[in-house]
Order: sequence, then C-alpha cells, then structure tokens
Amino acid sequence: MRKVAIIGTGHTDFGFNSPKTGLELFCDAATEAMAEANVQSKDIQALYCGNGLSDFSEGQIMIQSYIADSLGCRNIPATRFEAACSSATVAIRDAYMWVASGFYDIVLVGGTEKATAMGTALATRTFAMGTDARYEFPAGLTFPGFFGLLANLYASKYNVPFERLRRQMSLVSVQSHSYGVNNPHAQFKKEITVDKVEKAFMVASPLTLLDCCPFSDGAAALVIASEEKAKELCDTPIYIAGVGQASSGMLSSQYKDIPRLKARDISVKQAYDMAGVGPQDIDVCELHDCFSIASIIAAESLGFAEFGKGGQLWENEETRIGGKIPINISGGLKSKGHPIGATGASQTVEIVKQLRGELTSQKRQVEGAKVGLVDTLGGDGIICNLILKKEEK
Amino acid sequence: MEYPLPFEKYNNALKNNTLLGLTCRQCRKITCPPQMACRECASFDLEITELGGTGTIQTYTIIYVAAENRENEVPYVIVLVELEEGPWIMGELCAINPDEVGADIIGKSVKMGNRVFPGDKYSNGEAARPAFYLGD
Repeated sequence: MRKVAIIGTGHTDFGFNSPKTGLELFCDAATEAMAEANVQSKDIQALYCGNGLSDFSEGQIMIQSYIADSLGCRNIPATRFEAACSSATVAIRDAYMWVASGFYDIVLVGGTEKATAMGTALATRTFAMGTDARYEFPAGLTFPGFFGLLANLYASKYNVPFERLRRQMSLVSVQSHSYGVNNPHAQFKKEITVDKVEKAFMVASPLTLLDCCPFSDGAAALVIASEEKAKELCDTPIYIAGVGQASSGMLSSQYKDIPRLKARDISVKQAYDMAGVGPQDIDVCELHDCFSIASIIAAESLGFAEFGKGGQLWENEETRIGGKIPINISGGLKSKGHPIGATGASQTVEIVKQLRGELTSQKRQVEGAKVGLVDTLGGDGIICNLILKKEEK
Repeated sequence: MEYPLPFEKYNNALKNNTLLGLTCRQCRKITCPPQMACRECASFDLEITELGGTGTIQTYTIIYVAAENRENEVPYVIVLVELEEGPWIMGELCAINPDEVGADIIGKSVKMGNRVFPGDKYSNGEAARPAFYLGD
C-alpha cells in the first residue's frame, strides 16, 4: 500500500434553499479543490461521489456520471456512494484504497446534497429511510426519534440525572454555534444559549429543535493523490494515515451495546491501529453531531471520555480550542449544516485546513495541530473514520 | 437457502397479535425481529417460534415531528421493549397520554397488541407494528 495524500479542498456555503442543483454545487466545490491541487480535468482518473437523496430531492439518480461529464472528466469511472449521512466519508475511504493500491494516482472525491428542496415532511420521511423500513419505521421512528431513544437510555443506563444530561446536551449545541459564527460557510452564524436550546419546541423528546442539526444544501470535495504525485503538485500534502469502517443492524438489534454504537468502537480502532496513534494523540476532531446527544455518545467511543462521562468534556470546556480535545471547531453539523451526502467531505476539508494551519484568520485555528480525526455516522449504524496527519518537516 | 421467517409471515402473525421469532438450534438463543442468521452465533439453523409478547420498557421517545403523511399521528410514544425471551423490539406505547409520559415508564411491564401502518408510496405495502400496553 502506498502513502496517499489530500492535495486539494473545496467547500460551498451550506444553507437553505440553494438555487443551484446538486451537480452544480459539487462542481463548485470540485473546481475549487482542483485549482488548489493544481490538477486539470484530464488528470482526474476516477470520481467518487457521496450522495444520499438526489433521487427524492431532484429526481436524479446516477448524478455522479453527469457530474464527471460536466466537469470535463469525460468517460472516467464515476461511482456514487450511498451510506446515508456517512456517504462521503465512505467514498473517501474507498478513494484512498484505490490510490493506495496503485490502481489510480489522482482521484476526485466528495459529496453533494439538496435536502431542503424536499421540505421538512418529505425530508423527515427520507431521512427515516436510514432506519429499518419493515421492522422499525412502521412504529413511527424518525431520525430525531432514534437519538431521543438513545438520550433517554443514556440517562437511565449511566445513571446521569436527566437535568444534568439536559444541560450537557445544550452545551454541545451552544459551543457548535459559537464556532459556527466564525465559519464563513456555516448555515447558522448566530450564537445561542442554554436557555434557548431548552425552550425550543420539542422534536422527539428529550430533543428540541436546537438539539438537532438542520436540513441543508451544499457540497464539499477533495483531490486525493499518491505520495509521489502529491509531492510534485503540492507544498502541504495532508496524509491519510488511517481509515476505518463498520456497519450495524437495526437499532433494536444493537440492544447489547446501545447507547454505544459498536460499529464506532470497531471502526475507530481500525483507524487508530492503522495510523499507529490513540485518542491521546488527536489534536483536533470533527465528529458526527447530528444531535447533541450524538456528540456525547461519539466522544466516548472515540476514546476521549469514559462511558457515561462524555458530557463532562463540554461542561469543562475541554472540547474548545485550548481544551484537551477540540471538537467540531467548524461549528459541526449543528451550526455549519448537514447536507448529508457532503458531510464527511466537509468534515475532512475542515481537518485538512486545521492541519495546514489555515484557519487563524477565521479565529478557529487549533495551534500546532498535526493529527486530526474524522468521525461520521450514517443511519443507525454505519460508521466511517479517517485519521489525517501532517508530514513532519 | 430460504429466508427463515419472511416479513409476510411475520406481519400476518403480528396482525393477529402473535409475535414470531426464531430459535437457534445451535445456541438456543432467540432472534426477533427475524434475520437470516442467529443474532447470537450467526448460525442459519433456525426454527420459527412463537414469543409471548410481554416485556419491559427500556427506553422511550415522544415524537412531535412526524414523517410525511404521518403528521396526524403526533404526538406518539415509541418504546424499545426487552422481551421476556431476551431480544429488544421497537413498538408504539398505546392507551396513554403522551404528555404524561416520563422517565418513570422505564422498567415498566408491557404486553403486546398491534397497530397497522397502512403504508405510503415508498413502503412497499403495509406493516404491522407492536403496540404495547402498560400492565402485566
């Protein structure tokens, strides 16, 4: 296996009701990434595109083929990855493996989504397709409902008084918004308070609207290259040092583990082992905060806190810049937005920029960050993790 | 090899308030809802078994924002129930005012009936779900 680097990044604004198509959003992000990487359309050997729901939002399947063609990458193999909210991270892992194997030297990978075009009712319906259609959706399960079940189970299983968990969850959302204010691509650039989170209307108890990420439109893309090509084309390659991926059955089938998601334990161990690092070595992390409780659950399995104590990281401000483990300094899915097929690529772009040291002007730089972790959850149990490293000079 | 307990058979039984699962002939553990392989040991050596439909509530959520065409159902309560036989199953908690449901329902005993989701344009037909009622 060869070393593989990220040599270009692109990211659109995330938001509501984008006038652009999913294809156009992807092309905006892709051309930004290609310009940064000093590559032309003719240099791209394959396209890997994360996309969850363009069938429903735009009446478009095989969007990846039209994207490649529109970009002038004529006739290259183009593949769509559907892994619900983890689609793009899964695409990046596969892109990594094709380059690491020596099959390709330069590939384009990313994701795009137009979720807000569906409206709340259809978007809620299609997001619930990331639950078991025969055995759990009929009970009325929605995606917030999945994490509502986990939040109440978390309080009960770990004996955390509900009022304390309620405040910890609020602090997760408050922190995300405080960093999103400084992210020019963020959907919400507005501070919120604990009081506002707790008084917002209930979506799926105990989760209020401000415990939940929004529906979003947007795209993000990266150019990935072999070490040899990366050194030719780029002064600051960021290496993919470890990858992991695991899947699960329906929520009820995970009864021995929940509120932990076993897939995450497995996936992140693969990534840590491959990179030869552990949680203590991670300088900055983007994790999947689709709901406030999801951040707390994720931080524990990633190894940043004991089980049942993840919320204390936010209570003690250990997740802020300067803390033990800065988490979601992008604003996270909550504030930056969550165009599901693009989210993993967006998280990866953020970590690349952190490791390159490019976020000082946005007041979001984790000084001296050298190792970063990406964590993405799809549906009720696909997990994909990436560990990125800056080359020591 | 045929799927040991197809949805159609499971669903028809559930509509008659009978919960079917699978007993593993190798490890004797129960799998429910049905799967191709035993939840415990991944053996394909499974036989259909009738479960009692009683258990205890492990967690709950009250849904206020529903999916398309289910808006008229809100608010409603979803529970995960640990069946007497071991597995957990998802269902709706019925005959209770959702506004009065709190954490004290965790650990309470329930028995099972059913309600039928009539299906929508995406769902490939109807699907019964366990409807749980408090009390032994």
